[in-house]
Amino acid sequence: MKLTLKIWRQAGPKAKGQMVDYPVDGISEDMSFLEMLDVLNDKLILEGQEPIAFDHDCREGICGACSLFIDGRPHGPGRHITTCQLHMRRFKDGDVIHVEPWRAKAFPVIKDLVVDRSAFDRIQQAGGFVSVNTNGNLVDANAIPVPKADADKAFDAATCIGCGACVAACPNSSAMLFVSAKVSQFALLPQGRAEAKERALNMVDQMDAEKFGNCSNIGACEIECPKDISLENIARLNREYLGAAVSKEEGPPVPFHKPKQA
Amino acid sequence: MSTLDSKVPDGPLDKQWAHHKEHLRLVNPANKRRIDIIVVGTGLAGASAAASLAEMGYNVKSFCYQDSARRAHSIAAQGGINAAKNYPNDGDSIYRLFYDTLKGGDYRSRESNTWRLAEVSANIIDQCVSQGVPFARDYGGLLDNRSFGGALVSRTFYARGQTGQQLLLGAYSALMRQVGKGKVKMYDRHEMLDLVLVDGKARGIIARNLVTGQIERHGAHAVLLCTGGYGNVFFLSTNAMGSNVTAAWKAHKRGAYMANPCYTQIHPTCIPVSGDHQSKLTLMSESLRNDGRIWVPKKKEDAVAIQQGKKKGSDIAEDDRDYYLERRYPSFGNLVPRDVASRAAKERCDAGFGVNKTGEAVYLDFGSAFERYGKMEANVHHIENPSKEKILELGKQVVSAKYGNLFDMYENIVGENPYEHPMKIYPAVHYTMGGLWVDYNLQSTIPGMYVLGEANFSDHGANRLGASALMQGLADGYFVIPYTIADQLAGEIRTGPIKTDTSEFDEAEKHVRDRIEQLLNTKGTEPVDHFHKRLGKAMWEYCGMTRTAAGLQKGIEEIRKIREDFWKNVRVPGKADEFNQELEKAGRVADFLELGELMCKDALHRNESCGGHFREEYQTEEGEALRDDNNFAYVGAWEWKGDPGTAELHKEALTFTVLQLSQRSYK
Repeated sequence: MKLTLKIWRQAGPKAKGQMVDYPVDGISEDMSFLEMLDVLNDKLILEGQEPIAFDHDCREGICGACSLFIDGRPHGPGRHITTCQLHMRRFKDGDVIHVEPWRAKAFPVIKDLVVDRSAFDRIQQAGGFVSVNTNGNLVDANAIPVPKADADKAFDAATCIGCGACVAACPNSSAMLFVSAKVSQFALLPQGRAEAKERALNMVDQMDAEKFGNCSNIGACEIECPKDISLENIARLNREYLGAAVSKEEGPPVPFHKPKQA
Repeated sequence: MSTLDSKVPDGPLDKQWAHHKEHLRLVNPANKRRIDIIVVGTGLAGASAAASLAEMGYNVKSFCYQDSARRAHSIAAQGGINAAKNYPNDGDSIYRLFYDTLKGGDYRSRESNTWRLAEVSANIIDQCVSQGVPFARDYGGLLDNRSFGGALVSRTFYARGQTGQQLLLGAYSALMRQVGKGKVKMYDRHEMLDLVLVDGKARGIIARNLVTGQIERHGAHAVLLCTGGYGNVFFLSTNAMGSNVTAAWKAHKRGAYMANPCYTQIHPTCIPVSGDHQSKLTLMSESLRNDGRIWVPKKKEDAVAIQQGKKKGSDIAEDDRDYYLERRYPSFGNLVPRDVASRAAKERCDAGFGVNKTGEAVYLDFGSAFERYGKMEANVHHIENPSKEKILELGKQVVSAKYGNLFDMYENIVGENPYEHPMKIYPAVHYTMGGLWVDYNLQSTIPGMYVLGEANFSDHGANRLGASALMQGLADGYFVIPYTIADQLAGEIRTGPIKTDTSEFDEAEKHVRDRIEQLLNTKGTEPVDHFHKRLGKAMWEYCGMTRTAAGLQKGIEEIRKIREDFWKNVRVPGKADEFNQELEKAGRVADFLELGELMCKDALHRNESCGGHFREEYQTEEGEALRDDNNFAYVGAWEWKGDPGTAELHKEALTFTVLQLSQRSYK
């Protein structure tokens, strides 16, 4: 098939970007969207032009590297897939396709369609873990039974791939779905309860410091999440956060966590 | 030719590791703070090692080429992780896990390493559960297990079809905790481009900042390579697009021996190739073989009709289906090891029984599983005399709960509903058992440089069993390296910080810069992918699932030609000091072009068949791999001598004290 691509080009973080038109031909419907871009890039290289920079790695929907905003939707049309799992059979001959990077203050553009998502790593550093050192003498794994329903919900939250589609989908660029998925995973498991309060408070602090916006319950994040992370997690985060904030004064002091500068 | 010292401890196999640990030197906590360690790669091995070493008090610098440590390709592992816990009470033990792994590897792994792997396997599960890894559980809240290829017990722990993801995120969270504490300094979007040796010891690396293009020097008292496998030498593989051999290859050129590079794992259950545009292949977890049955038509005319699109799999009557794995291997059936399953698929397709338009696909059919589970569910829900449709419906629900994400993935890629039509699969390059040679302490032939996970060669012999890669990556990172590295570092407490303004760093940096200039200044006529695809085709044809001496010789000539052509005609756009993805690719493909030749050379020298290395000249009458234990029971480790063609072979003899060497049988 024949298509017209309108792609965001931006030479560097400080450069001014713009949409540029690229006609492509001979696209097979079995190609993935990124394979279509590979074809275009090889053509650009042979024509002496700069290929289009975009993030990608596993190309099977699990690493979370790919990140395109296609026709106004993170990861393009279709639900529960990442851009690398988007195949050209979803498009028709003659389509005009718009391709942009994630747009959020906390995700500055590095080049073309590549953005910096290190804010997510810093949020994780603020509390997205259970404080257990490597140790060959821990209790036997089956000494900590976890009700199946809790384990399943924790898994559903833990399946987040950290791609940032939730932020890109949100009109306020909120990272609540991402943060709530991590907080929920640990809040639902006995292993994570000991630090639940500090975790909720510290991760939310860091999220604010990174300049993500507030959640206004629009729900676009859930619709666009390639891993179907539920809004229920945001409700759980709110409960965890509120409970932690209220009990902060009476309970043991929360360790001082200074959000890192982005 | 020299012999290699594996430093395997004395004593009986089951006492070696405990005894060895007790006698290794230690570094006191205050001195740990004076020691710097570089860890390259943040997959299961790298992330677990970096986090563990930082927890112990060392200063760690962690490098990855991805934009976040969480994206390393361990994330894509689907099926599970083995551990000798014996929770299902089916008779598992350290010995049995060791036995299955050694036999699965066709007796080409180092016995002591394999034993240690089995020994620490149970600790890994405890560690991961404490970290909050959400493994699958049964209704009693305890951990669930499933079975995997090459084993007769259920010892595989799993988290739906995303076990690698959950384990990696566990190790990543431990790593992020240390980054937050300042004990690990993270360098993402950085690629190691050379190893720096000072007085024969690994003392640092040269890395390129992939965002700015800046070339950086990093010094340390020890360097750990946890950089994964080199399957992308085949262009098409299940590896991530960025997975590469560069860090390991640079170390090889600085003196680290490359061991058994020809041992490649071709995974039997992948989605078949659809066309020339294809950039990668997608794996369908081996766990599907628990419930799926593999078949092709019995009659040639049916196969031809399917290839021409005139018939579908569902049109073939039960009696006209050839469940060839169950036929050939009644005791293991669909759960034979990967190398055996892959070759059997190739054999049927080569004979003309393939089931798609290219003739290179076989069916993976869940029809009987739908029925079996459906009947079970009907009983559970007290449905009397359920209709056939009801059974199918219930059965599909059960299968969906177990493998739903894999079925969805298949439908996305192929555009066909696998609940209605049997899946089509074909073998694809997946894992490389070969890698940098290491001793029992995981130290390479370069003092101070250690190699962990898939990047080393040691534990899987000539074929890796399913659910053992995750086990090895985490065993190396959590439970082996923290002990063994101290023995060397105990001698470094007075060394002081490693200076990077020395002639050794100057030389290495110049080397890196020159190569980048050369790539950019070639200004040829073809993009990097053009050469990579040609290399991949040559590797698949001559050094793929089966090999011959004549083919390998041809392969070597072909690869040399492609390499020459590459350095004359490659076109790399852009500049060195900017974000330049084509430049990254070019450097990696240049290294693959050298590695490919060494792989062929290794395959050519090994005049036997074992595991994933199948030489057509050496097979039993029934078409199984025929080993030659008298002449080839050794690790072949290659030393770089300026060109892959002139690499020199060193041998480490493999001795087996517990198991008798025997012909592997899964019949």
